Amino acid sequence: MRVGSSAVGDLIVPSPLRGEGQGEGFFTTGNRRCLLMTTRAWLLADSPTSRWQASAGRTYRVFTQLLRNPLSVLGGVIILVLLLTAALAPWIAPYSATGQDLANRLMPPSAAHWMGTDELGRDIFSRVIWGSQITLTIVLLVALISAPLGLIIGAVAGYFGGWVDKILMGITDIFLSLPKLILALAFVAALGPGINNAVIAIAITSWPAYARIARAETLTIRNAEYIQAVQLAGGGPIRLIVRHILPLCTSSMIIRVTLDMAGVILTAAGLGFIGLGAQPPLPEWGAMISRGRTFILDQWWVATMPGFAIIIVSLGFCFLGDGLRDVLDPKSEGKS
Amino acid sequence: MNALTLENLDISYGDTQVVHGVNLSIAEGESFALVGESGSGKSTILRAIAGLAPDWEGEITVMGEKRSHRVERSVSRQVQMVFQDPYGSLHPRKTIDAALSEPLAIHGIANRGERVEAMLTAVGLDRRFRFRYPHQLSGGQRQRVAIARALMLEPKVMLLDEPTSALDVSVQAEILNLLKRLRREQGLTFLLVTHNLPIVSFLCDRLAVMRHGRIVEIADVAQLKAGQLVEPYSRELLAATEGT
Amino acid sequence: MTPLLAVEDLRVSFPTHSGRVEVVKGISFTLGRERLGIVGESGSGKSMTGRSILKLIRKPGLVTADRMEFDGIDLTALSEHQMRAIRGARISMVMQDPKFSLNPVMTVGEQIAEALLTHQKLARKDVHQRVIAMLEAVRINDPERVAKLYPHEVSGGMGQRVMIAMMLIPEPELLIADEPTSALDVSVQAQVLDIIDELVRNKGMGLILISHDLALVSRYCDRILVMNAGTIVEECAAGELANAQHPYTRGLLAAMPTIDEAREELPVLDRTQWAGT
Repeated sequence: MRVGSSAVGDLIVPSPLRGEGQGEGFFTTGNRRCLLMTTRAWLLADSPTSRWQASAGRTYRVFTQLLRNPLSVLGGVIILVLLLTAALAPWIAPYSATGQDLANRLMPPSAAHWMGTDELGRDIFSRVIWGSQITLTIVLLVALISAPLGLIIGAVAGYFGGWVDKILMGITDIFLSLPKLILALAFVAALGPGINNAVIAIAITSWPAYARIARAETLTIRNAEYIQAVQLAGGGPIRLIVRHILPLCTSSMIIRVTLDMAGVILTAAGLGFIGLGAQPPLPEWGAMISRGRTFILDQWWVATMPGFAIIIVSLGFCFLGDGLRDVLDPKSEGKS
Repeated sequence: MNALTLENLDISYGDTQVVHGVNLSIAEGESFALVGESGSGKSTILRAIAGLAPDWEGEITVMGEKRSHRVERSVSRQVQMVFQDPYGSLHPRKTIDAALSEPLAIHGIANRGERVEAMLTAVGLDRRFRFRYPHQLSGGQRQRVAIARALMLEPKVMLLDEPTSALDVSVQAEILNLLKRLRREQGLTFLLVTHNLPIVSFLCDRLAVMRHGRIVEIADVAQLKAGQLVEPYSRELLAATEGT
Repeated sequence: MTPLLAVEDLRVSFPTHSGRVEVVKGISFTLGRERLGIVGESGSGKSMTGRSILKLIRKPGLVTADRMEFDGIDLTALSEHQMRAIRGARISMVMQDPKFSLNPVMTVGEQIAEALLTHQKLARKDVHQRVIAMLEAVRINDPERVAKLYPHEVSGGMGQRVMIAMMLIPEPELLIADEPTSALDVSVQAQVLDIIDELVRNKGMGLILISHDLALVSRYCDRILVMNAGTIVEECAAGELANAQHPYTRGLLAAMPTIDEAREELPVLDRTQWAGT
């Protein structure tokens, strides 16, 4: 909002009144506080003195805003726990993920087996923990393949327009018109079951949505005066797309990808459930539910425990995505 | 030598022709104004010269060289443009430093840091502004940055598209003073588009009044100051300005 | 005679990350059935003043006033429901850009009729007549045809005249015009302001004209308030503007280039002088 700020804002004469004055009171209370406050003041400085400080300050502002929303904090914590679990699986998991113990088949949750055991006597808790690695791998690989692909195709289509746009968006529309899971199914069926193929299949089905977003965003940015100014300075299309258009698309892309992660997990689980994703004995959550289905009435925990894991992680991504949307939305930029 | 010559210039947007047979020659170092109401085609002429409105016929010559229909790297060191809206002409995610360094990077010019600082000083911005983002600047400060960006490549001709119409009166005065000083110091040629006749009196040597895509009258600023415009439409514009 | 509008110690503030910031800092003025101009630059609080009279400041913005009376009614005490009965019917507001103020899916005639029917019950035939008469009053040549047009089919100047017609058809006693012509061409500006001026005079309404343009305000108003940084720095009769006392007003006047400009450099406001006030 311009109100109020611009009255003082047009000071061309250097003035010591602005910004710097706020920090002074902080230096009176204790050394530790002082150090904290100077870092904060450095980050929030009105006039950063280096490129690095300017971008660090921006990141800090985004981060503090994110912390104000309890749901996004919850989402962040869930994702953090997921990351830690995946990284520390060998140390956290009390049993092996694949070690069978036929004497203890289908045991209900107990002190020894927190989530019970499955039909081969494997500890479900350990399998869920090891499964987090698989889920995380799928999610990350899908994001790394589909988001940049969609981003570039969309930005190129939007920037050049004309027949480039028609061809690229035609292809995008063909992919978009098919239901995601069915398309993924077809690809996996053709490529053969397995995690890698599942990742490829999911990535192939999810880039078109990103391409659409990137194109729409590019269309609104393409004729902006700051883009024209770079054109007038002699900047070519590659520089314009990569350095000026893509940075503005990324925030909406990060939001969308985070929100879609829940869907990716579910699709991966779905493929695992049908038997086209991860193959036994890999502890993939979807595949685990599929195995547990047979006993769902008598031994509910076999299918339910990995189900919980899927729901919690999906929710985590959703919450985080929602929070990111509030913070990164370019329309709210500059108000804070 | 003429800095800028337009011969029989017709410009279209899609199927509609917005500029009809404009002839104009502007001497090097001159400050020339295109005046008219919205829709008169005055901004379109600037965009065609810059290469942003590619659909034209006729001839455009800049510093002795014929313009092609596209934006060109060699031309970018001759002609630069300042846009109307200071809120839309700076990239929201780039610091002032990045915005000003970009033209230098494109043309492979070294000493970017020093040049950026020197230019900030030249347009009257303190060095503290160098690493700020546009949303931390007021309208007048942003317009100074936009002017600085246009000057980074040391062009000969500046195209100014209503550079102060979005600003407050007092900020407008600062920007007008700045433009006048820069022109004097760097020997720039100005082609200014505006609807505001007093600005023309302050900043320009000659003016062309436009209506419906045609030039109605070309006059000296002395004539404008003395109220001696000849064509009825020009007099109408003048009367509307004096009235309010 | 009691004034039409009396405002005392009006304050408007908004929260920011460094605490509440006041954009209007305790201003007082009264308005009779006259034309009052409020001039100031962006950020001076002039628009916020206009909006707060109609209680159009949304949360988290906060409006307080010791007194805000319109024709004897205490506006500060009114509920949102009671306010709606006053807005449009007794106090109207014309905004800057007709493009954003007109409903794109309703014809011009329907919108003007709606403005009338919201506050009065009338027969359909009478409504149509009133709408056509109103369009004629804002000098639209072919009112029957224009009434059937959609907002995107009319020009900026005509759109603004339609807005004025909409705002004036319930015959309010006070019209607040916030930069009513800054989106229009110079020649159209004069037409639109002349229309407002004529209607306001004929109906004996009060007018608050909010603008950044000193010359324009001094031409169309009786009295002028100059605002800067949330306070009124000067109040004078429109004819006396040239003799303004406050350095800010004088600075603004001097900073405008004139048609017979002979100065080599325009004087610039030394903002440090008022930055604190």
